[in-house]
Amino acid sequence: MTLSADTRTGGPTATSDTVAAIPAGIRVDLEVIADLVEPQSRVLDIGCGDGALLSLLQSRRRVDGRGIELSQAGVNECVARGLSVIQGDADRDLVHYPDDTFDYVILSQTIQATRNPKVVMSELLRIGRRAIVSFPNFGHWSIRYALGLRGRMPVTRNLTHSWYETPNIHFCTIRDFVELAGELGATVETAIALNATGQKMGMKMPWWFWNLFGEQAVFVLRR
Amino acid sequence: MKAELSTVTPNADIAKTAATTAAGNREALEPSNPVAVFGHDEPLALDAGIDLSPLQIAYNTYGTLNADRSNAILVCHALTGDHYAASRSPVTGRPGWWSSIIGPGKPIDTDKYFVICSNVIGGCLGSTGPASINPETGEPYGLDLPVITIRDMVRAQAMLVKRLGIDTLFAVIGGSMGGMQVLQWTVSYPDKVFAALPIATGARHSAQNIAFHEVGRQAVMADPDWHGGRYFAMGKRPVKGLAVARMTAHVTYLSEMALHRKFGRNLQDRESFGFGFDADFQIESYLRHQGMTFVDRFDANSYLYMTRAMDYFDIAADFGGSLARAFQGSKTRFCLVSFSSDWLFPTEENRAVVHALNAAAASVSFVEIETDRGHDAFLLEEPNFFAAIGGFVSSAARARGLSS
Repeated sequence: MTLSADTRTGGPTATSDTVAAIPAGIRVDLEVIADLVEPQSRVLDIGCGDGALLSLLQSRRRVDGRGIELSQAGVNECVARGLSVIQGDADRDLVHYPDDTFDYVILSQTIQATRNPKVVMSELLRIGRRAIVSFPNFGHWSIRYALGLRGRMPVTRNLTHSWYETPNIHFCTIRDFVELAGELGATVETAIALNATGQKMGMKMPWWFWNLFGEQAVFVLRR
Repeated sequence: MKAELSTVTPNADIAKTAATTAAGNREALEPSNPVAVFGHDEPLALDAGIDLSPLQIAYNTYGTLNADRSNAILVCHALTGDHYAASRSPVTGRPGWWSSIIGPGKPIDTDKYFVICSNVIGGCLGSTGPASINPETGEPYGLDLPVITIRDMVRAQAMLVKRLGIDTLFAVIGGSMGGMQVLQWTVSYPDKVFAALPIATGARHSAQNIAFHEVGRQAVMADPDWHGGRYFAMGKRPVKGLAVARMTAHVTYLSEMALHRKFGRNLQDRESFGFGFDADFQIESYLRHQGMTFVDRFDANSYLYMTRAMDYFDIAADFGGSLARAFQGSKTRFCLVSFSSDWLFPTEENRAVVHALNAAAASVSFVEIETDRGHDAFLLEEPNFFAAIGGFVSSAARARGLSS
């Protein structure tokens, strides 16, 4: 699949890559995702954690939201706050859902922790009409710097685990992800890169620029 | 609107016969709580192919039914439970078995909801069961009562709910055999259950569980005082067999960890082995106590009927082997809860239901509670469990427009 700038939407033109504090409260990629979801749609959030995104989607977008979360503590918190969440595993449990069950299936900051990202991605595209995937970009300059110049496995503000304890076993860069989408025959409807301050990077920027300066990426894919 | 509106007096014939019958379980014949009686014009069509009438259902209610009749929660009891879910049992004198969960300000809040709990049919605490009088013979039914299924129990509950003037239940909640009833409700009456909370249960009884039940039944039937189920007529009760059945079952309600923590290999009232077969170990003494107190409150034939009902339970079998098909198109909001050390209804049995509900695209939550207390955990104080029930019920209430 070719990548052209016209498949992307984005915010204002790129701002300089200054390190500013990300606003406290809701994770920026969750805000971005919430803006991408049509109101009153059916949504499955895979790896929903404590339910922050589902709560946001329910209050702001009035969605019919469901979640899957691996950790028992996360599920308990979600159910106690009234969210429809099951304890389960993205690698194992998606197979039980029929085709086209949801308008959106969301995988936010989770794909890098799955055992088989390609299978998980194809399940997403099967059970949802659209898949929204956000992930940390392993091609970001700070990561290249840590590994390339310092010779150390990167530990950054967003990737806080040391190599020996990280649950993140399948990192990818923005370009890697785009290639995987192509292999799966998926169409990139929307692509957004967020810089270190959590702001959207300009859609006119070339891919190499995104891949170097985008700290996180959010993609909307469809079959 | 108070529940008393719907209270009826027991069928006069049944009450009269009961008064003249010395043998039998007093609570089975003269329940000390409201009963609903269904005469010959309203028989219960049993899965066994027989119409059962007259039919008596003993129940309790807590809280107040709202004007819309939309805040009713049916609580379903487990194998040897009763309808005293949140009030003192006249048989044991102990508080209700879910008093910690049902009540004002509790996870099932009786300031907001109207809670109904009925004794299942086939039981022995006021609803028609094998200890009840067979109107055709004037004697207790014994084994002449047709075998009762979980679906029959639910049909009878549906008759009671209708009698109480309620069309749709806000929620149906229960654990173990009660959870089976919850699942059956969502399948038999999908449009009449807004929210369902099946706890520590499964969509079918496993081979291992049937095996344990069979051991219990054989213990009852091997007791010479059982007399082919006609023990009341002989002035006897198979208490030894029933106690052994309870002892076996009780082990399955706990976990190895809980047993070890509670008893270990500690000896009972002695410093060393007695080199005999008295209860040397605390666990033996505990089990014997469990067995002996159980026979005071439960009818042996009813134990046979209850265990059989669970054994026959298999929802998928009614839908060509597909559990997902059973839940197809369901609008009910589900929340399943399992306990990590439960080996009677392990997490995987509960998760199989979750997967079927996912496959049916139903709304479902699922929580596994970490505990070493085994199957019995659903009757105990578990903060995470209570938080899950409270969270699920209140969010369902918001969706139902019940929030005040």
